Amino acid sequence: FFIISCHCTDNVAMSLQDCTYFTRKEILRLFYRYRDLAPQLVPLDYTNHPDVKLPYELIGSMPELKDNPFRQRIAEVFSDDGEGNMTLDDFLDMFSVLSEMAPRDLKAYYAFKIYDFNNDDFICKSDLEKTLNKLTRNELTEDEVRMVCEKVIDEADLDNDGRLSLEDFQHMIVRAPEFLRYSSGNLLFTI
Amino acid sequence: MARIVNFDLRYPLMEAGLESPVDEEGVHDSFNQLIAEQSQNGGLDALELQELQRELDEEGRDNVAYLSSPGHDYGRRQERWEAEREDDGRQTDSLAGERWSSATLKILSSMPSRTIGRSRGAIISQYYNRTMQLRRRRQSRPSIRDFSRSARPSIRGYGMEGDTTDSEGAELRKREHLVNNLQNLSVSDRVRMLRGMPLSVAEKSELRMQAMQKEQRRHSGRQIPCCSRLKYYIIIAVRQSWYSWLSFIHSLQLWQVALKRVSGRFGTGVLSYFLFLKTLLFFNLFLFLVTGAFLVLPQAVHPPLFSQGRPSFSGLELLTGAGYFSDSVMYYGYYSNYTLRKSCRVDTGGQNMSISNGTGMDCPSKRHSYNMPMAYFFTIGVSFFITGIILVYSMSKSFGQSFRIDKSHSILAMKVFCSWDFKVLKKSSVKLMSENICTQLKELLAEVNHKHVKNTVCQKLWRLTVHGIAWTICIASTTGCVIGIYYFSEHMHQNLRLFSRNTHQNPLLKEASMLALPVVVSVINLLLPGLFNAAAWMEDYDSPSVRTYVAIGRNLMLKVSVLGVLCYHWLGRVAADPASINLTCWEDFVGQELYRFLIMDFIFTLLDTLFGEFLWRLFSEKGLKRRRRPVFDIARNVLDLIYGQTLAWLGVLFTPLLPAVQILKLLLLFYIKKGSVMMNCQAPRKPYRVSQMTTIFITLLCIPSFIGASVCVTYTMWSITPSSSCGPFRQLKTMFQAGKRWVEELEKDNPSLSMLARAHAYLVENPFFLFVGAGIFLIVIYFHSQVVDGQRKIISLLQEQIENEGEDKKFLITRLQSIHEQKRTPTRRLTSQDSTC
Repeated sequence: FFIISCHCTDNVAMSLQDCTYFTRKEILRLFYRYRDLAPQLVPLDYTNHPDVKLPYELIGSMPELKDNPFRQRIAEVFSDDGEGNMTLDDFLDMFSVLSEMAPRDLKAYYAFKIYDFNNDDFICKSDLEKTLNKLTRNELTEDEVRMVCEKVIDEADLDNDGRLSLEDFQHMIVRAPEFLRYSSGNLLFTI
Repeated sequence: MARIVNFDLRYPLMEAGLESPVDEEGVHDSFNQLIAEQSQNGGLDALELQELQRELDEEGRDNVAYLSSPGHDYGRRQERWEAEREDDGRQTDSLAGERWSSATLKILSSMPSRTIGRSRGAIISQYYNRTMQLRRRRQSRPSIRDFSRSARPSIRGYGMEGDTTDSEGAELRKREHLVNNLQNLSVSDRVRMLRGMPLSVAEKSELRMQAMQKEQRRHSGRQIPCCSRLKYYIIIAVRQSWYSWLSFIHSLQLWQVALKRVSGRFGTGVLSYFLFLKTLLFFNLFLFLVTGAFLVLPQAVHPPLFSQGRPSFSGLELLTGAGYFSDSVMYYGYYSNYTLRKSCRVDTGGQNMSISNGTGMDCPSKRHSYNMPMAYFFTIGVSFFITGIILVYSMSKSFGQSFRIDKSHSILAMKVFCSWDFKVLKKSSVKLMSENICTQLKELLAEVNHKHVKNTVCQKLWRLTVHGIAWTICIASTTGCVIGIYYFSEHMHQNLRLFSRNTHQNPLLKEASMLALPVVVSVINLLLPGLFNAAAWMEDYDSPSVRTYVAIGRNLMLKVSVLGVLCYHWLGRVAADPASINLTCWEDFVGQELYRFLIMDFIFTLLDTLFGEFLWRLFSEKGLKRRRRPVFDIARNVLDLIYGQTLAWLGVLFTPLLPAVQILKLLLLFYIKKGSVMMNCQAPRKPYRVSQMTTIFITLLCIPSFIGASVCVTYTMWSITPSSSCGPFRQLKTMFQAGKRWVEELEKDNPSLSMLARAHAYLVENPFFLFVGAGIFLIVIYFHSQVVDGQRKIISLLQEQIENEGEDKKFLITRLQSIHEQKRTPTRRLTSQDSTC
């Protein structure tokens, strides 16, 4: 602990504290988690911002994400290159947004991103189909999926353009009391 | 992968954004369709055009005026309309050729609602707006209006500037402004804003660095004087210590890892039980600290002189609470009725010394006196009051969180987007959850498709009969049990009377016989819910939530009536005639009874865990060879907790250390339940609406439980005569009189305080003011509910308005389309004329 806290200089730690919802201790623990994924790749000394990226295969195998149907999307959304390969910053960012301290707006923004599979900033029918198939593990028939998609867009689309914008999404989220609880991930071993 | 989430300079947004109308066509083809449909029945008159122009004009000041190509410079004056129209039309034609809707699309794409969620400019401006609000709240800083208009990082400007070549320059400028904003904020605001930004950490830290550097540059340019440098050092130090304090507080949070594990395996539903347990623990901790600091500690430091020796410890006391414990700080009877003093304990050693004697003349240190009856009275009263306020507050907060919504809208959408519990990590639970969601979606679809499946009269009648039978069974069994408890307690009372007459009986036997009543009650509490479950199984409710509510209602009915009978037994039978069972101190007796009930409740909960969960799991796995494990019944377990808490609240007056017992019980219960759940149970199959359930549980904790307990305590204080030979209120008519005496005494000592005495006489002793207070409370609640109701109405109105505005938008688009249509036709006509000429 001591060695790392020396390496992780004050400036870096302060900066990370200001930019995430974590305390210094938690940041250090998350750093450990990150490093444990690939000790040979990640250096202990982070003062010079080394350009290290962990591949998606490692990130997706963490117990926090392993069984989550949206794991690939989560990794893609939070990674800098959009392919799920994460730097330490991306890693912290992901856990910060998924932590219980993050506000509803921020969570809603990223939830929207996660459900927006084709990155066109709207949740359209194809996105919804993918979401549903991931949620139910392809248990619904095509007909049912189509009907659910229609109904969902019908219910949540306020401006009648046939797809959900971030605003539509946020408006719906506000009325779902469970959202804030459910959308907080479980950082099993970090905190 | 054309676009990524992160804010990165190397990928100018415009690449995928609104560069050309050709791109727009793909994005907005839904609108194209719409426009194509609507434009067929086009044809507008000049008046409408002008109206539209006026509207465009208004928008344009902010919006269209930034359109990059000069041809889009819509006129600011109505008179110039004609000329402009021609100009504009030509421009459009030259730009887009046959693409007559490009201008429309351009305007459309610059609409705020289109740009939000698309560009990071939108994000920035959103947060910029928030900063503005913050700043407006703190008027001390320079006003936002000082900034020039073009300096604002607005989305609209952004989008349009992006159209021109210097998109990167715009990007840089945007950044600059964001940094500026950050720098103008106070430290805590800046941190809050930075944290809430949907940007990557790398971006954020860069922004933060820039803001800090700028600030430093500004300060260094000004040559900071020594004292202000000191100030900054102090600020930084304070901030550092604040961070470390926060992290310390965070690390203090109880059972973090355990709770994470539970939620990782069972989801938020089961987690809510453990969180509720934690809440109760904090309530008890508070109660314990208050009673411990103001009652137990002073009394323990000044023990009264007792002539009789204590009975030896036999072990049975842990169950009965009598014997060794009976003359200790644990119970009401031990507390003295005089003013405790630092140095003259010997002088006031007499047990039955009244207060007026207690303020004896040979006591030099008057300042260090501690009036025990007053302390007792006020400690209990104030702790109940504060607990009540905390409860009401958390109840209202919880209500606000879970019932702010109109339930009828967008159920399916919420199910799809908000039902995945990201807390769940275990593979089997993940599988269960997706099965759950799947069945729920199917059910919802079926419900939406044919909303009302008509039942035949026969079916309805059958259902009604089944419900009737189930309710009859439940009510009858509850009534039977309650009557049984009533007679059994009377029997035990008679028994005690007999015991008290022939004293040569074994005292241990007597103590053990006291356990009979708690055991009977606990057995009833354990068995009847099973019967209720069987009845509910027979009824076969359609919706799981109704099923849960009915189960809660029945269990609640049982517990409330049982506690009612017990309260009658203690306050009506025992307290009314303590001499008949040879009691010198009935408060001690009642306190011991409550202790016994609490312990028995705990023991039976353990037995339930052992038999109901552990052995049942073994049986079903080994005996029945089934993979299914028992399901943790959240509602029943929470109700058990509430029952235990009611006992604790009831007993605080008679047993000031009962909260400590309850704390121990809850601590043990947490680990046992956690172990049992992890070992024996599986994730609940029923969907569980956590927010609403939490609200209901807090409400139940407040309304029947806490209110009932405080009514009992108040009744005891107000109108039951305390024992004449023990406790702080001996020789008083009611406990309440202690306050009165104290005020009278105060008046005697300090005549100047007679106002206080009069106020006390009028306000506290007069029931009228109690009624007035209660009335005001009710009125406030009424107003509050009215306000909430009004807000609901406003919400529905606003929703309607949003829908209408959507219609407006459609209408405007059609009109816009028609304008271009019209603009083009004259030019075409012109060109065709040219060609013919």
